[in-house]
Amino acid sequence: MVTGKIARISGPVITAGGMKGSRMYDVVNVGGEALRGEIIRLEGDFAVIQVYEDTTGLRVGETVENTGRPLSVELGPGLLASIYDGVQRPLPILKEKSGNFIARGISVPGLDRAKKWEFVPAVKEGDALTGGDIIGTVKEFNFEHRILVPPDRAGTVTEIKSGGFTVEETVCVLDGNSPLTLMHVWPVRIPRPIRKKLDPVLPLITGQRVFDCIFPVVKGGTAMIPGGFGTGKTVSEQTLAKWSDTQIVVYIGCGERGNEMTDVLAEFPELVDPRTNLPLIERTILIANTSNMPVAAREASIYTGITIAEYFRDMGCDVALMADSTSRWGEALREVSGRLEEMPGEEGYPAYLATRLSAFYERAGRVVCNGAGERTGSVTVVGAVSPPGGDFSEPITQNTLRVVGTFWALDSSLAYRRHFPSVNWIKSYSLYLDSVGEWYDENVAPDIRDLREKTMYLLQKEVELQEIVQLVGPDALPEGEKAILDITRMIREDFLQQSAYSDTDSFCPLEKQYLMLKAILTYYTGISEALDRGVALKQLLALPVKAEIGRMKEIGSTDDLKKLIDGIGPACAALGAE
Amino acid sequence: MQQVSLLTKEYRTVDYASGPLIFVKNIRGVSFGEIATIRLPDGGERTGQVLDISEDLAVVQVYEGTRGIDTKTTNVRFTGEPAQINVSSDMLGRIFSGVGKARDGGPEVIPEATLDIAGTPINPSARDKPADFIQTGMSTIDGLNTLVRGQKLPIFSGSGLPANKLAAQIARQARVLGEGEKFAVVFVAMGITHKEASFFMRDFERTGALERVVFFMNLADDPTVERLAAPRCGLTVAEFLAFTHNLHVLVILTDMINYCEALREISTAREEVPGRRGYPGYMYTDLASIYERAGRLKGQNGSITQIPILTMPDDDITHPVPDLTGYITEGQIVLSRDLFRRGADPPVDALPCLSRLMNLGIGPGKTREDHRGVADQLYASYAYGRDLRRLVAIVGEEALTDLDRKYLKFADEIEKRFITQGDEDRTIETTFAIAWDLFSILPEEELKRIKREFIRKYHPAYKGKP
Repeated sequence: MVTGKIARISGPVITAGGMKGSRMYDVVNVGGEALRGEIIRLEGDFAVIQVYEDTTGLRVGETVENTGRPLSVELGPGLLASIYDGVQRPLPILKEKSGNFIARGISVPGLDRAKKWEFVPAVKEGDALTGGDIIGTVKEFNFEHRILVPPDRAGTVTEIKSGGFTVEETVCVLDGNSPLTLMHVWPVRIPRPIRKKLDPVLPLITGQRVFDCIFPVVKGGTAMIPGGFGTGKTVSEQTLAKWSDTQIVVYIGCGERGNEMTDVLAEFPELVDPRTNLPLIERTILIANTSNMPVAAREASIYTGITIAEYFRDMGCDVALMADSTSRWGEALREVSGRLEEMPGEEGYPAYLATRLSAFYERAGRVVCNGAGERTGSVTVVGAVSPPGGDFSEPITQNTLRVVGTFWALDSSLAYRRHFPSVNWIKSYSLYLDSVGEWYDENVAPDIRDLREKTMYLLQKEVELQEIVQLVGPDALPEGEKAILDITRMIREDFLQQSAYSDTDSFCPLEKQYLMLKAILTYYTGISEALDRGVALKQLLALPVKAEIGRMKEIGSTDDLKKLIDGIGPACAALGAE
Repeated sequence: MQQVSLLTKEYRTVDYASGPLIFVKNIRGVSFGEIATIRLPDGGERTGQVLDISEDLAVVQVYEGTRGIDTKTTNVRFTGEPAQINVSSDMLGRIFSGVGKARDGGPEVIPEATLDIAGTPINPSARDKPADFIQTGMSTIDGLNTLVRGQKLPIFSGSGLPANKLAAQIARQARVLGEGEKFAVVFVAMGITHKEASFFMRDFERTGALERVVFFMNLADDPTVERLAAPRCGLTVAEFLAFTHNLHVLVILTDMINYCEALREISTAREEVPGRRGYPGYMYTDLASIYERAGRLKGQNGSITQIPILTMPDDDITHPVPDLTGYITEGQIVLSRDLFRRGADPPVDALPCLSRLMNLGIGPGKTREDHRGVADQLYASYAYGRDLRRLVAIVGEEALTDLDRKYLKFADEIEKRFITQGDEDRTIETTFAIAWDLFSILPEEELKRIKREFIRKYHPAYKGKP
């Protein structure tokens, strides 16, 4: 084991001498308090180390001990409903050990060592196994946690047990000398291996109209939510974490507010997954590096999160990973890079920012898992981005744009008028529309794609008309175009707007989304036809069905909605020319 | 975590001095972040903190400035301790310098504890969800951007706008409904003028709150570097009062722009790679280490609520300081020059304002069941009315539809009756009453953000009807 001495301390970065023989990204223990750190540069005898804890009080000359292992996470039963810091220390255990404030130098394992899990084997002696094969299951809440052969192991089963075990006890032996336990460790910076990547074709259903109907993301896809402060990034991320139709959700609070994490912690146990009727917390893993926690651990938190997500994917699950916010992660890179006195790239960010970002987003995907059988799993990554001053030309937004499939641009002018989710429908896009089109045709309705196209056309037209109105006033427009402005206002207010806090509307089933859109556009067709007959627009807008449409969000049953839609045509047709 | 040093180390090896920094050579066993006492040739004493150490060189930032330091006789003594402050509940009613020395002529405090001013992060799983509605008596805050206990809600001001008046009014009127008051105010002045500081002091005096206030004063002519320590000293005291003495502490930090200037000064002196507008790349982390020291803890009565004030240079909300602040704090109250000119008092520009924790503090049992809907409706209608103003400037009011004219009126009235309130201390019920009165300007079917049942219950048109 290599042991050196501290030669320089500068904030979260230290330099240690006498470290020859160390490898890049080895984990080290720094000083008498054994603060955890990671080697990020080697210069001859010296190693430059980023420390995951506050370095105040360290002295030059204190020892640095190399553990010889890369930064890894523990993967096994006990992950669900946990809240970890950036390097997988469970925060409730830290609280037991050091009280309300996080002290330094505490080492806690990521998984509970004492708890016994009931292991049900799925293989028998003599079976030949490779990495990724399922040796059995344990029940974690209502989730069937599959125990996998670690990706880098293989062999023939010579012993298999069943019954209650802790995560460290042997449950299976390969080749007579290679024991397997319920947990294994995996280095966070190395993507877990897969058999092959598939094209993502299934939409991720989120219950949010603007996401599902207008700018969908797929299971295994990537999306980004950029927006200035107060535009609702965090609320959007939390909404997605709540209502996405995946079995597992990993939520990374990366450099964000402590009170927000508390909010998630307090709220998720009470909320129920609308599809399974189980508490949401039972499918959630939280990783919290609040903005005042050490900056180097912030850099690690993203990798900790995605590795856990990949582990569940390898079991054959659909996993959604929310990272709020990747900008803080980029800034952590910048801070450490600055301390290393590296040549800065754009806005002081290191030149390797783009490489790191794309490498992270490429860990998303829908895959055929390693191991026997045709298991497929997926990791969907939704990253929030906090561009300084709301300016999307900054490096993190631009570099992320190049690699993601869905772009949900949040707009502060929409947020100011409390139009939430404040997704700008002109700037945003989804590259997955064609991939999921078929699924929508089969599972929702054959005309949903037409409705979407028509909606987008009208919204685009509204922008043009608004420009004219700004110049000459609304009265100068012909009736038909005035009607468009009224319809788009309805689309915006009665369809796109969706309150995350409403008890009836925070989750909107896909069928209802379709019917709501259909209602508005049926009304538009009705108006257009009536206008052609010479009916005054004023009369049409005074129809009671318009107010009914405005209250659609409160309607619970789809039958009522269908009845409403059926009534729209006749109501418009009943009006004759004056 | 502190190691008691048996021998203090003294050096006369100052090698280089620049701006607020000195470099000390040939040092041994000095720890990162520890405090140094610097004795000047003329016998004066200063305090500094270690920013960077390598095998034989320590970079020390001197809090009271480097004037008079020489490289020959200046003596630097490393204390082995991180920056600390003596805290005690006797600090209430006292005035201290930015580094915690008494500056009101009174005796130094007899410490109940000595705490590291950098603090340690609150464990997110130890935090309790903020939930208590604070009635500030200001309609724009209570009605639209509700403040709750444990929140950090900054005021973004412009030069010459009355942010101080607003902050003082909040400090004076803030109360949690139905509770006896056990509160304290920690007031941290960073680089503000004597006049501004005495405004607050007079206001606290007038309302009899003075003996519940701890002042940390670093005025415009005090050493810049002390500004870096001032908010940390203040928050350390606040944490002590809140979590040891179970007080509800309101922390007012003014002006954060001066703090950030000081941060930039140090960064430049250290020749660091600058981020946006010359501010250091770690400014987000640094500001977070201040703002995140607010909140409540499970099983504890006390709380820390922060109201930082910052002046946006050139009223620019995208300037790095308000921008990073907005990303860390839980909302913002923004003052507008335009409204100020038109006589609104307070000139709060409601549209860019936000309180992220609002939903935790409102609703039945806290304020009223219709609160969310009323706030959303006020926002949506006011925003639309403001858009129309721009249109009217081009095409004239005649070109508008009847409905649009009503919206225009709504926008004017909301500024006159809802936002403007002067020194009035409004109850939340008054705020709601004004809001519903304003809604009667608009046709009822336009009130889509409010549930029908609430319209029937609260709309003036249904008054007195079953």
